Amino acid sequence: MVSNVADYKTDVHNDWCPGCGDFGIVSAIQMALAEMEIPRHKAAVFSGVGCSGKTSHYLNTYGVHTLHGRVLPFSQGAKLANPEMTVVAVGGDGDGLGIGAGHFVAAGRRNVDMTYIIFNNGVYGLTKGQASPTLKLGLKTKSLPEPNVNQSVNPIALAIASGYTFVARGYAYDVRQLKDLIVAAVKHRGLSFLDVLQPCPTYNDINTRDWFSGMDNIDEMTNKPRPRIYKLEDTGYDAFVHIDSPDEENEKLTQALIKSNEWDSKIPTGIFYKNEIIAPYDERMSARIPNYLENPPAYQEISYAGKSLTDISKMLDALEI
Amino acid sequence: MSSIDLTWVIGGPQGGGVETAANIFAGACAGCGLKVFGKREYYSNIKGEHSYFGVRVSDKIIRSNVSGITMLVGFDAETLFRHADEVFDDGAIVYESNLVAMQIDEVPTLDAQFKARLKKHLVSKNKPFTIQGLLDESKERGITLYPVSFKEILANLSDETKNPKIRGMFRMQNVLAVSVSIGLLGLPPETLLKSVGSIFSRKADIAEMNKIAANYAYNLATVKYSKFRYQLSQIPKEDHTMLVQGFQSTSLGKIACGCRFQSYYPITPASDESVFLESNEIFEVENNRPGSTLVVQTEDEISAIGMVIGSALTGTRSSTSTSGPGFSLMAEALGWAGINEVPIVITLYQRSGPSTGLPTRHGQDDLQFAIHAGHGDFPRIVYASGDTEEGFYDTAKCFNFADVYQIPVIHMMDKFIASTVSTVKRFDSTKITIERGKLLEKIGESGYQRFTPSPDGISPRSRLGLENGIFWNTGDESDEAGHISEDPENRIYKMDKRAHKLEVALEKIPKEDQATNYGISDFCILSWGSTKGPILDAIDMLKKEGLKVGFIQIKMLHPFPAQYIQSLLSGVKTIIDIEANQSGQMGSLLNEYLDRKVDYYILKYTGRPITCNEVFDSIKKIIDNKAEKKQVLTYGI
Repeated sequence: MVSNVADYKTDVHNDWCPGCGDFGIVSAIQMALAEMEIPRHKAAVFSGVGCSGKTSHYLNTYGVHTLHGRVLPFSQGAKLANPEMTVVAVGGDGDGLGIGAGHFVAAGRRNVDMTYIIFNNGVYGLTKGQASPTLKLGLKTKSLPEPNVNQSVNPIALAIASGYTFVARGYAYDVRQLKDLIVAAVKHRGLSFLDVLQPCPTYNDINTRDWFSGMDNIDEMTNKPRPRIYKLEDTGYDAFVHIDSPDEENEKLTQALIKSNEWDSKIPTGIFYKNEIIAPYDERMSARIPNYLENPPAYQEISYAGKSLTDISKMLDALEI
Repeated sequence: MSSIDLTWVIGGPQGGGVETAANIFAGACAGCGLKVFGKREYYSNIKGEHSYFGVRVSDKIIRSNVSGITMLVGFDAETLFRHADEVFDDGAIVYESNLVAMQIDEVPTLDAQFKARLKKHLVSKNKPFTIQGLLDESKERGITLYPVSFKEILANLSDETKNPKIRGMFRMQNVLAVSVSIGLLGLPPETLLKSVGSIFSRKADIAEMNKIAANYAYNLATVKYSKFRYQLSQIPKEDHTMLVQGFQSTSLGKIACGCRFQSYYPITPASDESVFLESNEIFEVENNRPGSTLVVQTEDEISAIGMVIGSALTGTRSSTSTSGPGFSLMAEALGWAGINEVPIVITLYQRSGPSTGLPTRHGQDDLQFAIHAGHGDFPRIVYASGDTEEGFYDTAKCFNFADVYQIPVIHMMDKFIASTVSTVKRFDSTKITIERGKLLEKIGESGYQRFTPSPDGISPRSRLGLENGIFWNTGDESDEAGHISEDPENRIYKMDKRAHKLEVALEKIPKEDQATNYGISDFCILSWGSTKGPILDAIDMLKKEGLKVGFIQIKMLHPFPAQYIQSLLSGVKTIIDIEANQSGQMGSLLNEYLDRKVDYYILKYTGRPITCNEVFDSIKKIIDNKAEKKQVLTYGI
């Protein structure tokens, strides 16, 4: 079965602002699903609340638009109950790193085999542009009455510190690279995190498309802009933990953290860190429940003709006197 | 032979093995065919604070605790200081004889309020502030004293068995105390030893050592001391009796009725249920592969309910278990489950609020909150069990309600039930039915819509992963497919569709599942949840005095079965509301839904469960026309 990108689109009217980076992300998700030929009913896209929350309605797969900050609990629950599903969680930076930060950290500890994409634009768009957790200290975007007084959180570093085993960054206007990153993230065995820089054309008038392209920083010799965005893979960066050794892991973690700190003039994209040596949650579960993947919660037979099939007699015997 | 009915209480520092001791005692009694009803009380503390366990034993059905103690066992001073006053005049105190010189002020865990009350009491009796003073006063009341040096027993046992380790095994004092008690109460040693063996069944060497100690102490008691005034005796054992802790009822109900996913965040007293589920995560399934429950400990209760919803969307029967503070955090997601018609079950083991409240104590404080939790209008069912046995069967019903009406169900339990240990008839899974409602197994290619109209408001339900069954959910209002819609006509359709399910539920759920009618009389008690036991026991006591009192236990609190209750009350002259909360939360429902008001309230909110004597006394006052409109119960520490 050859999948068509169009198969993954719905006819729901898309009401994002013209020029919004979200369009690129939703296209990249559709392209990635098509490329991997994931049957539509075997994919579920969970979203948080905000502009990015509407993503699930634009994708013709199972779509669950959850609560503000809670996309990870909902999506992990579904994946754990039905491990056959391809589960992708999406949400904004305020959603995932502000109100949902506790879930962000806890999810890393579990390493459930799914993908989480943050649409990172530095502002709370749908509530008219307040500062989000990723907006840099001192910046005053369009609708802020005063400059931002908080330090920004570093999503890549937080993901690495929390135990995500695949950590990458994409750029909403580089849809081809983003599609490749989503494919790699979904195929990764474990929890993959994708930080997508997604300019908000309406409320973030600082980190704009032009800013990322370096339009404010023209090379006098060539008269061309110096783009801030660059690809880690072009620098020979090796994100993979190849062998099960603390030295190897420390080296890869450290370089990823250092890279994650690059911002003002050079902003790396691509895969920062990937480690498939750490067991995903389903393997940890299978060690306890040997037939967990073969007979997961969603497919267990529990009744026949309205009667329970479960035999609890041994447990009752233990309580009998 | 006259009926046996006595209450044995053992106390000690938290973490010192009091619970183990009580379980051995309960097991030894139950092994002799006796009925057992035990409850555990403890502070929010890991080690050191006072905890105690009361076990009521009888040859007749018992469903509650009594006010008062027949035999008190204390090997620490605090237990004696705290409870001696509760011992009946014809009761007994078994105590560590080395403690007699201990003074009130030497016990750091006695709080100032209690010390002041105790000192005042001793002053009034002209006694010093010591254990000896307290015991002298007890003796004057007629109480039999049994001084036992548990430390000496340990030393002697150590010498006789040539095992020097035993000398320092102070935790074994628990087993010694139980064994002395069983000896004084005249039960045979065999069931005692069997009970010891089964409590320590996972550690053979410890079991063996404890059995030796038990036997030693039992013999000592029968040889050295005169028998206690009241004796227990073996009676024919009823087949298939279990000794169950309350929280095990909902756990077993969940396994039996096919709940396969449970997420939770640790909280007292609810998490025992989840731990039990995890300890029994794999089980046999008839003619099939082994089944399993996936138990996930989450980072908080918000995550717990979020995961439950995600899991339920896959068609898996899913639930969480929590207490008041955790349930507060779940309110937003509860509304999400409501608007998206997701069947989930929240087992709510209530405790005393507000806020952290009395975190390890009992309360029925959350009824109104369960009914109203979450913003906006959305349907849910609130269903309450009255005891351990109901906990098992009602769990299965709650999952059926959730599946059939595609609705969140809040199953009200509480700390009293959770920590009750009692003899109950073996649970029977064949009595459970499993109704999955309109959950689809297969869908044709013809344009499935999740919220397609239906006369009963309940649409066929797909599940994540089902071919041709793609749907969308959103916390926003949505159209039939599940996409966001702010259309006013659609809004009316969706709101009415969801609300209508409650009318259907009220019509379809059998009346006997909505409320239990234990008899109607001029004076009629209305109540809900774990007050059932003390009320039924009190009604029996009243009957013996020729007083007839009716009782309706309301099980479905929301949607409220107003018409049914109204019809039951037609001949009733006086309505008495009994609840373990301060404001009479169910009473407010009665006042709201019925065309008459509650006449009398009997309320308790000390965090300690209501005893049958308390109900008996306060009902008598009402019948004698000597009662205030609101009686507040106080027994227990």
